[in-house]
Amino acid sequence: MNFWRLWAIARKEVIQLRRDTRSLVLAFLLPLLLLLLFGYAISFDVRNVRTALLDQDNSAQSRQLIDAFRASGYFEFSTPIARTSDIGSLLDHGKAQLVLVIPPDFGRKLGSGQTAQVQAVVDGSDANSATIVLAYTRAIAQTYSLKAQLDGRIVQRPITAESRVWYNEELTSRNMIVPGLIAVIMMIVAAMLTSLTIAREWERGTMEQLAATPVTRAEVVLGKLLPYIAIGLADVVMCVVLGVWLFGVPFHGSVWLLMALSTSFLIGALGLGIFISAVARSQLLATQMAMILTFLPAFLLSGFMYAIDVMPKALQLLTYLVPARYFLVVTRGIFLKGVGADVLRVQGLLMIGFAVIGLALAIFVFRKEIR
Amino acid sequence: MGRDSVQRIWEILRKEFLQIARDPRLARVIFIAPVIQLVIFGYAVSTDIRNTPTFVVDQDRTQVSRELVEAFTASGFFSVVGRSSRPADLVSALEHGDAIVGITVPVGFAAALAGGSGARLQVLVDGSNSNTATVALGYAERIVQSFGAQRAGGMALALDLSERAWFNPDLKSRDYNVPAVMGAIILLVCLLLTSLAVVREREIGTLEQLMVTPLSAFELIAGKTIPFALIGLADLLVVAAVALLWFKVPFVGNFFTLLVASVLYLLSGLGLGLLISTISRTQQEAFMASFLVFMPTILLSGFMFPVSSMPEVFQWLTLLNPTRHYLEIVRGIFLKGVGFQALWMQFVALAVLGSLLLGFAGGRFKKTAV
Repeated sequence: MNFWRLWAIARKEVIQLRRDTRSLVLAFLLPLLLLLLFGYAISFDVRNVRTALLDQDNSAQSRQLIDAFRASGYFEFSTPIARTSDIGSLLDHGKAQLVLVIPPDFGRKLGSGQTAQVQAVVDGSDANSATIVLAYTRAIAQTYSLKAQLDGRIVQRPITAESRVWYNEELTSRNMIVPGLIAVIMMIVAAMLTSLTIAREWERGTMEQLAATPVTRAEVVLGKLLPYIAIGLADVVMCVVLGVWLFGVPFHGSVWLLMALSTSFLIGALGLGIFISAVARSQLLATQMAMILTFLPAFLLSGFMYAIDVMPKALQLLTYLVPARYFLVVTRGIFLKGVGADVLRVQGLLMIGFAVIGLALAIFVFRKEIR
Repeated sequence: MGRDSVQRIWEILRKEFLQIARDPRLARVIFIAPVIQLVIFGYAVSTDIRNTPTFVVDQDRTQVSRELVEAFTASGFFSVVGRSSRPADLVSALEHGDAIVGITVPVGFAAALAGGSGARLQVLVDGSNSNTATVALGYAERIVQSFGAQRAGGMALALDLSERAWFNPDLKSRDYNVPAVMGAIILLVCLLLTSLAVVREREIGTLEQLMVTPLSAFELIAGKTIPFALIGLADLLVVAAVALLWFKVPFVGNFFTLLVASVLYLLSGLGLGLLISTISRTQQEAFMASFLVFMPTILLSGFMFPVSSMPEVFQWLTLLNPTRHYLEIVRGIFLKGVGFQALWMQFVALAVLGSLLLGFAGGRFKKTAV
């Protein structure tokens, strides 16, 4: 490996990048847009659940229960309905996500120490929101139930579960999303930046010019990587700064550890991009492959938004092959848990392994011979 | 449009299809990619919990405490990944991410429960995944309370909450997500294929060759977009077939209505793709710009995140998003079986947005290409 030839390739790539300012701008605009969208526009927290009320009891107890729902702040009550038959049309038209039905004997049963029934009818078509709405409903009903017992003859509640949440006490989805997003963004940006570089040279015919020079495969691959590592790291810094300052995501760990492991992950991701580029040889094909091999797994199979434990076994096994899965543990660990290298030992080694494999794949598959 | 014109558009179409067919790998990817996306979305996207890794610190070591832990695992929502008597092990399991939930049963738990003096236990949840944590806490609370009620001598719960979910009784997110994947896939195909195919011709210089032919701008645009519209429709059929046959998603609506909506939706996708091609000089730019359009369109469509939980400003913005309207139609047709009467507003929105986008892009394309 000749350092000067490597340097020359890197310089050529930088010059090319500088001429293509729009791609460069996009490399920063894309992470920024994703961060702002996830930070401001979307959240998993289900709020303002449109709730319709069918209070057939109209007693002090039923009003107490409704107040408990109201006080939680998750529900937004529309005008009460009078008949069971109204439930259907409300849900059909999407006017309500949740209908709370309190039967006529509710107050009487509670008063006489019997079990009173309450019904929650939820629009299940958005199962994700419905699951969370039901979790809220359950918690409120449970609390009310306990209170009713304490008010009555039973003095002591049998078991108290002291629930505590660590690392993200208020359970804000932003705190979960932003550190995870950094892992996803790096995978996307890295793949986008490099997945076209070699295919482009093939399409434009400049690969023949490269082939005529004495540069080796490793020199071309490493030379092409260097400028993109710099861009990727700048993206990481931007995301961390925005995440902490703009969105107030706690950062408990070491910045240096995050940067070191990010660099390692970046090298692997960029190498993967070059690998795709070398295999595809056509930019159109490379974009399609990049979407399937990098973006999709990083977005869906990394545990970024959706828990891996729920997936079918086969898909769970597949997630072990997704590098972003491990990097996500790193970013969340450093941001939210403040853990250090001792806890992240395995993930750290995997990051280094990813870098080595990514580079090896790129160098191994890349051929400059003209076929 | 005369016969010559139809003939010329036909020739362009033939050229495009020849070009795609010459790259069999691309042809394969175009049809395999949507299926992979569908399968991953169908299986991966869910906010419910199951087998949540749970660490147990049982300091009581009694029959009762063991039965309580069993109640947790029997529910199917929790699965014990480690046990210890030292709280420090629980902390380390949470730190390493080996467990998401920690249950601590202190000494004297069984005695307190039997004596009626109020037993206590601690449930610790890793909140770094706020979703899983919210749902897990709800289930944990429920399990503990019903266990307690049972133990306290058949004492009845004050409140019994019965839950019913309409339209999707098992709360399978699959039925909700799989139809929506169509919207994402059609958009992605249109954006990437249209924009890159046009920019490639510009990069290689063959767009100039097309310019000197007697093709009019309209014919050129039609010839360049129709192939991708057809591919988009073919992908739609593939995805729909997999959704129905493999995922067994219910389809209660009318297929013709779905097809009309899809064609209207394609107009927007092609318009956006064409628009990107007019502002990109290189395929790299086109790729990144496509993605820059794709992400907000999907994220603000109600695909994975309900529109109703967004801030008001963004809720208004989504009205300009063709994917939002298309998803409402697709979900309405698949899950609720509603037709034109209930969805006419969405159809109008799609038609308006589609013709505006395609018209604007066509105008720009004429200027930049000629």
